[in-house]
Amino acid sequence: MKRIIFVALLGFSGATLAEGGMLQGSCATCHNTKGPAAQTLKTAFEKKGPDLFYAGNKYRQEWLVSWLQKPSRLRPAGMYYGGHIKAGVKGDEIDASTLTDHIALSKADATSVAAELMKMKPHDDLIAKEKIESGTVPKQMGEMAFNKFLGCMACHLIEPEYGGLSGPELYTAAKRLQPQYIASFIRSPQAWEPKSMMPNKNLSEVNIQKMVHYLETLSKEDANAN
Amino acid sequence: MPTKLVLLILLAAFSAQTQAKETPADNYKAYCIQCHGSEGTGKGVNVRDMTVVPRDHTDAKAMSGRSDETLFKAIKEGGPSIEKSILMPPWGATLSDEEIKELVQHLRMLCKCKFG
Ligand code: HEC
Ligand code: HEC
Ligand code: HEC
Repeated sequence: MKRIIFVALLGFSGATLAEGGMLQGSCATCHNTKGPAAQTLKTAFEKKGPDLFYAGNKYRQEWLVSWLQKPSRLRPAGMYYGGHIKAGVKGDEIDASTLTDHIALSKADATSVAAELMKMKPHDDLIAKEKIESGTVPKQMGEMAFNKFLGCMACHLIEPEYGGLSGPELYTAAKRLQPQYIASFIRSPQAWEPKSMMPNKNLSEVNIQKMVHYLETLSKEDANAN
Repeated sequence: MPTKLVLLILLAAFSAQTQAKETPADNYKAYCIQCHGSEGTGKGVNVRDMTVVPRDHTDAKAMSGRSDETLFKAIKEGGPSIEKSILMPPWGATLSDEEIKELVQHLRMLCKCKFG
């Protein structure tokens, strides 16, 4: 049994190495590009960047191309927030000296790496389960739900200066992420990352759709355009 | 002989399950300190804009007012299950019941207190 897995792995890495030189080389020093996701907290704490092995199920290609050329911070407290905090007067605060800037790629490299990333789709099954209804939600209503009824603001920024810091900023989420991924991740973070630091808040279908629409509304605001 | 075999199988199944179990200190460090703070005093990196402050888990007076069952419920099902804020999330999909039980004991260690 072990041997079969080993042989299968070898075959898989051989195939990907041939195409994705940079991705499986320098990018893989910080990113998990082959899966599976971290199964223990020990590995989760040691992660140097978000998992990319399901990038094709997660990101919008055009966002990848532009972000990779001009990367900006998405997680105010970096990867595993606990490794980037220090004790301040009012409590824990971010220790900015421990955060580094992301490597920027040329247009040509960004375009080819993004194309490679979009081919990585091991979770088509999870994506296929999501049906996004068309519709919108007024910003105020979405915000009430996000902050007050669902308590998402505790860990996520919904404006550059409002919200929690342990999760990725969400005012740019709809530009970055495919709507089905947003829905699926909210439905069950653990289906994607068993050790995710985001809890499953057991949202109803209506609220999941509302969050997808709200994040779309947020991303369309001029102030959040970048 | 058959009983031995059954025992062996049971043992294998049991160890496979316990393998995935994390220590309460690691679980606290992964999931709780973002709000409850690295010292457990309720001053995590997320609290700036929160309308309800996370419980100070080192506060013996407040924590001794809660039974182990209430603490277990709050962790598994979230704040609203004990008439507390939605900002305290449910961790039932993240942690096993056994891990939650151990976290309750971890909280007792932080507050250096018992119920009552
Ligand atoms: C030194 C470690 C390091 C290297 C090398 C690195 N990254 Fe990253 N990467 C990170 C970190 C840390 C983040 C999270 C940044 C944030 O959230 O602010 C990140 C974020 C990303 C993101 C955004 C993902 C998300 O969901 O937030 C993409 C896409 C990405 N990296 C692609 C790449 C590619 C492609 C390469 C190789 C050309 C690469 N990275 C090399 C550390 C690294
Ligand atoms: C306890 C903190 C916490 C709470 C509460 C929380 N999240 Fe998250 N969220 C995270 C973290 C951390 C991540 C990054 C994924 C990971 O590390 O597994 C994340 C990721 C996400 C993502 C994917 C973003 C990306 O760029 O990958 C979305 C969308 C999201 N959360 C939406 C929500 C919504 C909607 C709610 C409220 C129902 C919510 N979150 C509540 C911590 C939280
Ligand atoms: C997103 C922020 C957040 C995270 C993450 C979080 N908590 Fe909380 N927690 C709170 C808030 C806010 C309260 C206070 C609720 C209130 O007083 O209405 C609270 C209250 C509690 C209480 C109830 C205390 C009482 O007697 O009133 C317990 C127990 C608790 N948290 C344990 C935990 C544990 C264990 C974890 C990690 C598995 C955790 N919390 C993670 C925000 C959080």
